[in-house]
Amino acid sequence: MSNHLSELRADLDNGKTTSTSLVEGALQSAQEQSQLNAFISMNADQALAAAKTADEERAQGQVRGPLHGIPVAIKDNICTQGLRTTCASRFLENFVPGYDATVVSRLRQSGAIIFGKTNCDEFAMGSSNENSAFGPVLNPHDLNCVPGGSSGGSAAVVAAKIVPLSLGSDTGGSVRQPAALCGVVGVKPTYGRVSRNGLVAFGSSLDQVGPFASDVVGAATLLEAIAGPDPMDSTCADRPTLAWSEVTVDDSQPVRVGLPREYTEGLSEAARSALLEPLEAMDGVELVEVSLPHTDFAIATYYVLASAEASANLARYDGIRYGVRVQEPGAGLDEVYVASRSQGFGPEVKRRIMLGTFALSAGYYDAYYAKACQARDAIRKDFEDAFAQVDVLASLTAPSTAFELGSKTNDPISMYLSDIFTVPASLAGLPAMSLPGRLDARGLPWGLQVLAPHWEESAMFRFAARLEAQVARQRGEQQ
Amino acid sequence: MSTTDITKNPKWEAVIGLEVHAQIRTNSKLFCGCPITFGAEANSQTCPVCSGMPGTLPVINKKAVDLAIRLGLAIGSDIHDQSIFARKNYFYPDLPNGYQISQFDKPLCTGGGIWIEGKDVPRRWIRMTRIHMENDAGKSSHGEDGYSLVDLNRSGVALCEIVSEPDMRSPAEAMSYMKSLRSILRYTEVSDGNMEEGSFRCDANISVRPRGQKKLGTKTELKNMNSFRFVGQALNYEIQRHIDVLEAGGVIEQDTRLWDTRKQVSVFMRSKEDAHDYRYFPEPDLLPLRVSPERIEQVRATLPELADARSQRYQQEFSLPAYDAGVLTAEKALAEYFEAGAAELGGAPAKVKSLSNWIMGDVLRRCKDESLEVTAIPLPPHRLVQLIGLIDDDVISGKIAKKLFDALWEEDGDPMAIVTERGWVQVSDTGAIDEVISRILAAHPSEVEQFRGGKVKLKGFFVGQVMREMRGQGNPKLVNQRLSALLEGQD
Repeated sequence: MSNHLSELRADLDNGKTTSTSLVEGALQSAQEQSQLNAFISMNADQALAAAKTADEERAQGQVRGPLHGIPVAIKDNICTQGLRTTCASRFLENFVPGYDATVVSRLRQSGAIIFGKTNCDEFAMGSSNENSAFGPVLNPHDLNCVPGGSSGGSAAVVAAKIVPLSLGSDTGGSVRQPAALCGVVGVKPTYGRVSRNGLVAFGSSLDQVGPFASDVVGAATLLEAIAGPDPMDSTCADRPTLAWSEVTVDDSQPVRVGLPREYTEGLSEAARSALLEPLEAMDGVELVEVSLPHTDFAIATYYVLASAEASANLARYDGIRYGVRVQEPGAGLDEVYVASRSQGFGPEVKRRIMLGTFALSAGYYDAYYAKACQARDAIRKDFEDAFAQVDVLASLTAPSTAFELGSKTNDPISMYLSDIFTVPASLAGLPAMSLPGRLDARGLPWGLQVLAPHWEESAMFRFAARLEAQVARQRGEQQ
Repeated sequence: MSTTDITKNPKWEAVIGLEVHAQIRTNSKLFCGCPITFGAEANSQTCPVCSGMPGTLPVINKKAVDLAIRLGLAIGSDIHDQSIFARKNYFYPDLPNGYQISQFDKPLCTGGGIWIEGKDVPRRWIRMTRIHMENDAGKSSHGEDGYSLVDLNRSGVALCEIVSEPDMRSPAEAMSYMKSLRSILRYTEVSDGNMEEGSFRCDANISVRPRGQKKLGTKTELKNMNSFRFVGQALNYEIQRHIDVLEAGGVIEQDTRLWDTRKQVSVFMRSKEDAHDYRYFPEPDLLPLRVSPERIEQVRATLPELADARSQRYQQEFSLPAYDAGVLTAEKALAEYFEAGAAELGGAPAKVKSLSNWIMGDVLRRCKDESLEVTAIPLPPHRLVQLIGLIDDDVISGKIAKKLFDALWEEDGDPMAIVTERGWVQVSDTGAIDEVISRILAAHPSEVEQFRGGKVKLKGFFVGQVMREMRGQGNPKLVNQRLSALLEGQD
């Protein structure tokens, strides 16, 4: 069965299927693939009711838009009114928001059906989805492998064809890297393109909600529905939402594609050819080697800044108003704080809170936080210089295809390094996306990343659509 | 303990700087749309943003920024075209986010200053360090059962923190500073400056040094002084404590202390070593606050003439004494009342002085007696001017004027009509006065005899008799004149 939005839309439009049967099918598929552990909460009753409404509206000729009646899964760090939002943390195990995130209310208005809440790394901190209090998500292509993280559940449910679309959040690669490892399309928009209101904050200056889909047009369509200014988020820019979903494959337009030297040095031959083979085969593409000289600082910069922001963002989980509260008889305030946070948070979250608190401490601020801000400026400048020469940049999304569960859990640094190609664009606030490349020897997909200048999602989607077509041609040959 | 005037101490000099937190008078909170009503039911004025729910974001209240700019302009600060909000991190149950959103190294306003002046305070300029904006925390109340309750109604309320340079040298100067600052806050309508409701709070930094020494002594910070009186008491206490420690050869530790209003002592709260590491960093949820020159000019256009400028003007324009000018300008509403009256009087200094006397005397007395706000004075200024006109034109006596004032306070009406209707018009007809005097003199031959024999004190007796006979309406000047003439037989 197809999992492409365009085909499902066509089936709905010409009466071949209904939203109700789409939702029923998705519920059944989720049930059959429950071993993936991709969902934390299902929204079956509400989703079926919404599907019924969508079908009734459609019967009356009232179609709200391209997402009308389409089930969409939501990462469990995005608030859904009346539907448990745990951030995959023990701390918020029973937290039910009284409000929708802006992206969720926009989806509801566009007629989309909130299908369920997907598993992820706790508070979006992780690159393998192994940091969830609800257990790891498995990669649908190989159940021994991780789906990537932190939006592993959202990537897996699209890859497993349970739903056609899902939302994730990307702080340092948390949409793009799992999209790569699961072989789907995942987009991190320009910072400020999509409202963060209702997205539970991790690294506020980096966090963006982004779409997953099985193809470029599907992801573009979902982005169109959620993007645009929001009075509830001051960092959400007053930029018009464009018709990205109308992107077509046009090989007649010449395009200059930059290949950052720092991203290709030291790649294995397999990795290198996964990137270069499709690019070199494309018509109208001029490949230009560019340099992003401060790339080496990106991982350290990212883990200082994101952790610093996280240390403040997670201070509200204190056990006083909601969430876990651990209180031994006679315990004082400090004991309640310590016990609640010790039991409520998992080890990776604690590690990052400690790291961030340290980086902001008196006497260390200049050496860590302030220095990281300088490095971030330098990284931003690298991209400005590169985009003076080229239209888009291309790279692998991650240095490897999906790795086995448990293979990196005891080595946080090696885990952090799996974000090496995604983190720089996050620091610079650039739009970036991952789309599936060729399969490796084990049949696992490589992820190809496309980066564009600020607010140039149009250029990014245009090139991604061409690259997607090229990969499809080559995959046809490969099989 | 001693409360002698520190400025007269030959050996020691006190140095005081104040940090005032004033609640900015907005209808809603600084970062969300929640209303602000003092005394509302606990936690009834809250939303996901100000109660720190996951995923919520702050959005700045533009009105609060404009008001903070207005305050900055009023005290001559530099308004920065870009200022940065920062997170001030600390854990407390009434701080729902675990951080306060404040401004740290790039505040909205820096510099400026205000004049202070008072009974024991010579006119002096106090420099300002900075004004920055921040949100308030909630309120904790600690029960006796070991549990505490948190009310988040205040959480997120807009505050401005106004920091002075260490330019004050006595508790009297500090209190005068607070009064001036409060007056500016009220004139500009930036804050209602209400201490009881916590919308005007003050912390002080105090140090003492040998007179003539440039280098500042070690300071202590004093918190929890929630009335003008407590500020005076606390500063006096703390200065003397410093002097006592220093004179005993001791060392002042850089502590933060709390004023215990009951025991009248400052008590140790925390040492410098225990000071929080607030881990300030720029608030990533808010863009840098940008203020255009146009916006500053728009705000400047709304700035009223302030108390000090008005007071100087009254002294020049109306030749009013500094004391009168100070009283009349303390509240903007009172100054406006006075100015409306002065305009009716054409600004003539003698007449304006009697207006000032009436306002400082009877008007403010009745306001005080009836706990009336100046804005609620029932007697319109033009009526008070008409009343003064009736006295000046000899239509009524000063005594009747008090009755007329009370009548007009109770019910509005034309003063002349009231005076006529109630038969309060002063008798200035010498024939009528002479007639009464003759009767009185005829009725008291022995007193007349004694007066003429040299007992001139008896004149008062005759004045009293005549006025009583005339039910207080005799023109006192004429009664006096005619009595002298008739008693002394010179007519």
